[in-house]
Amino acid sequence: MNKLLSALLLCLASSAGAAEFKQLLPAESSVTFAYKQMGVPMEGRFGKFNAQLSFDPAKLTTAQARLDIALASLDTGVAEADQEAAGKLWFNTAAFPTASFVSSGIKALGGNRYEASGKLTLKGRTLDIVTPVTFSTNGAKGAFDGAFSIRRLDYKIGEGEWADVSAVANEVQIKFHLVVTATPGKK
Amino acid sequence: MSIARYTAPAIALHWLVALLIFAAFPLGVYMHDLPLSPTKLQLYSYHKWLGVSVFMLVVLRVIWRATHTPPPLPQGTPQWEITVSHLTHLALYGLMLAVPLSGWLMSSAKGFQTVWFGVLPLPDLVGKDKELGKLLTEVHEALNIILLLLVGLHLAAVIKHRFIDRDTILQRMLPGGRNE
Repeated sequence: MNKLLSALLLCLASSAGAAEFKQLLPAESSVTFAYKQMGVPMEGRFGKFNAQLSFDPAKLTTAQARLDIALASLDTGVAEADQEAAGKLWFNTAAFPTASFVSSGIKALGGNRYEASGKLTLKGRTLDIVTPVTFSTNGAKGAFDGAFSIRRLDYKIGEGEWADVSAVANEVQIKFHLVVTATPGKK
Repeated sequence: MSIARYTAPAIALHWLVALLIFAAFPLGVYMHDLPLSPTKLQLYSYHKWLGVSVFMLVVLRVIWRATHTPPPLPQGTPQWEITVSHLTHLALYGLMLAVPLSGWLMSSAKGFQTVWFGVLPLPDLVGKDKELGKLLTEVHEALNIILLLLVGLHLAAVIKHRFIDRDTILQRMLPGGRNE
């Protein structure tokens, strides 16, 4: 009985160790944002993003991720707001088409919980961010889920009259659900 | 001759609601065509807060009206005037509830929750739905046009009673006098 159990555990451990997640499945993933406008909760999403990553839960020290978001794909659900958001005062997507997150490290917090830190570049400004992440596997697929908050004015998102945070709040929550596939680990 | 007036709460509610409607209506017309700006977002919110306030106060008015008998009409008021005034008042009450209600639903259908004074969130009774949003916009506008016409009729009646009939109908709704 004991032998069987340890054999099973070994099997599990090695199978987990063998999986390295490298390929993002954009169609199954989402990057959304939430903010308050005049005290009213609003939500939106980014339609286009891509990631380069390599993540093996057994080898966190070599884990790395880069997420690029096409800012022109921003979707608030209101056409007028989408147009405004692309303009110079907001994201200025003509000059800064992409937002990117580049990881600098990932820390295990126990169970399937992690803490990822890295640099977020938005509208030509790069700042450090830290976000909690959970990682769950389902067959050959894995999913990163997490959320963190940024202050839009730190990145000059919403300048001029829009810098007034009583209309559109400074705090913006970014939520991500990134589905990745495993590729066989190199042994 | 002493004039029988409405009760003080009825008079206060009438004029307060009138004031809010006279603020919300032109605001609604004005804000609609503004380009997107923080000011536009603020004006929309103020308009919605006014509308919700009207709705709440009119609910109070209806409860008060149902539990308090209004002062009698002057003797000799023709039956047709009584009928028309009752129908107009009934329609005004209905519209003062239906106009904010249609605005609230329209807002939900367009994906904007209503948060009263930025503090008290009202539930979204309908989900985000572009077509429904368009339909409710038309309903909100149509109800407002009817409200505008009926308020016009209401004011025309005041002028008729005050300056043609020279009776005391208006005084019943004016504050200041003793309620004897």
